[in-house]
Amino acid sequence: MKLKIALAQINTVLGNVQRNLAKHLDYAEQAVKQGADLLVFPELSLTGYVLQDLVPSVARHADPADPVLAKLLDVSQSIDLVVGFVEEDVRNRFHISAAYLSDHKILHVHRKVYLPTYGLFDEGRFFAEGDRVQAFHTRFGRAGMLICEDFWHASPPYLLWLDGADLFLFTSASPGRGLTSDPKLSTTRWVETINQAYAGLFTSFVVHSNRAGYEDGLHFWGGSTIFNPNGELLCQAPYHREALCLAELDLNQLHRTRARLPLLRDERAMLVQRELDRILDVNAHTLGKET
Amino acid sequence: MVNVEINTDLAREIITGFIRSEITRAGLQRAVIGLSGGLDSSLSCMLTSEALGPENTLAVLMPYKTSSPDSLEHAQLLIDQLGIQSITIPITPMADGLIDQFPDMDQVRRGNIMARMRMIVLYDQSKVFNGLVVGTSNKTEIILGYTTLYGDSACAINPLGDLYKTQLRQLAKAMGMPQVILDKPPTADLWAGQTDEGELGFTYAEVDKLLYLLVDERYSPAECVEAGFSLEFVDKVVERIRRNHFKRVLPPIAKLSNRTVGYDFLYLRDWGT
Repeated sequence: MKLKIALAQINTVLGNVQRNLAKHLDYAEQAVKQGADLLVFPELSLTGYVLQDLVPSVARHADPADPVLAKLLDVSQSIDLVVGFVEEDVRNRFHISAAYLSDHKILHVHRKVYLPTYGLFDEGRFFAEGDRVQAFHTRFGRAGMLICEDFWHASPPYLLWLDGADLFLFTSASPGRGLTSDPKLSTTRWVETINQAYAGLFTSFVVHSNRAGYEDGLHFWGGSTIFNPNGELLCQAPYHREALCLAELDLNQLHRTRARLPLLRDERAMLVQRELDRILDVNAHTLGKET
Repeated sequence: MVNVEINTDLAREIITGFIRSEITRAGLQRAVIGLSGGLDSSLSCMLTSEALGPENTLAVLMPYKTSSPDSLEHAQLLIDQLGIQSITIPITPMADGLIDQFPDMDQVRRGNIMARMRMIVLYDQSKVFNGLVVGTSNKTEIILGYTTLYGDSACAINPLGDLYKTQLRQLAKAMGMPQVILDKPPTADLWAGQTDEGELGFTYAEVDKLLYLLVDERYSPAECVEAGFSLEFVDKVVERIRRNHFKRVLPPIAKLSNRTVGYDFLYLRDWGT
């Protein structure tokens, strides 16, 4: 089975959902014309990233009746979409969320689990943490979504893998930092390294859609990628600028790679669980004590 | 040994993109820059010219009667090389209008007045040329506070503020800065014979390495001494950074209400664009 994925490496208008929606519709139209089955937008693609006190004014419920999501759901009859937005839950907490839309339905919403609140990041001040990491079925097989800091931690991709995801859909608004004599920023190098590593470690497809553009002095470096289950780069969008990047995934590669390298077959999740139980139990007992 | 070298192609691409983005988001296409003929302002002109086009870049030359004639000559060299627009507005009459009222005024006061007069001229030209003021302060002088508040530090956007002086020199060289500008000792040119390194009491090459460890690599002062810097030098620089922090922040507002600018009224400047 073949899956044609498009990465919408866009810049956004900070806090203007309508203008960002218009860009989503435009990119979706282009992607449909080019025969794509799935179009992946970056983190907070409908709102922009450094929202600060704009968060409540751009938030929406993950409800098909929401006028912005309704427009995107209309499009999802022709192409599956991953879009980033600020989600307000029923108790008025705000989340950084990604929604998977397909055939006029919201198939899944992932709420960012790890909110970076250090260095230049201040997400914990403005957003509530998600508390679930779950894979879900799509018409292309089982997939999982994570947002930026989520996959700087090793456990969320691992959980998605155990939950059946063969297609990892990662989204980011990654501000570039770490200029050295290297031709790549240290952020760029690190994100590319771990995405490639996840593809190889989990013998899965790893798709990463990153932002382009600037917000004040922050620069989003683009360079979106797709790695196959061998950890090989299938495509990469240009650095620093907007792009629509397409690649055809041969999903049978999962079969071939896992026939060669049965890491999934041999994975001992129960051992992980036993050891985790022990570690967490020990830690619970030693909490606050000097060791 | 501490290595502060940068990839100049990457710096150039990110910075020119920044200038283009921030100026067009403000609804403008043009920029004005105070050009002294020194390294920092020359590099700011080069990057702005590359980002916006030479026709949209205005170099404003603002000599004072004591300014070195070399400065104007070097500024002209750069203007000719880039093909950018330029205007010369001497600040002597306006600066002396104040300076002459205080015959015993010291060099630092006179220097601050010159820097602030240049700010006034630059913002006036910004209105005439319909362009934003692009700054010229580098990371070394921002962190050391080696700057006149509301003078040379005043600008709408600053493309150079995250590059140490030695990194900035590396970028300038890579972009084809005239050799004579690269070679001359850095100076604010506020009085004859003034040099940055003479006034600061250490060289940029030394202090940039120390700042890189202290700021970028989060070394403690004790770890910097272990890394080979003298205790006296480290103490002097650390104290200078602390003492001049007021130059890096907006004036604090006395908080009274539930929502106060600077504390809990938080928006980027690019809000809505």
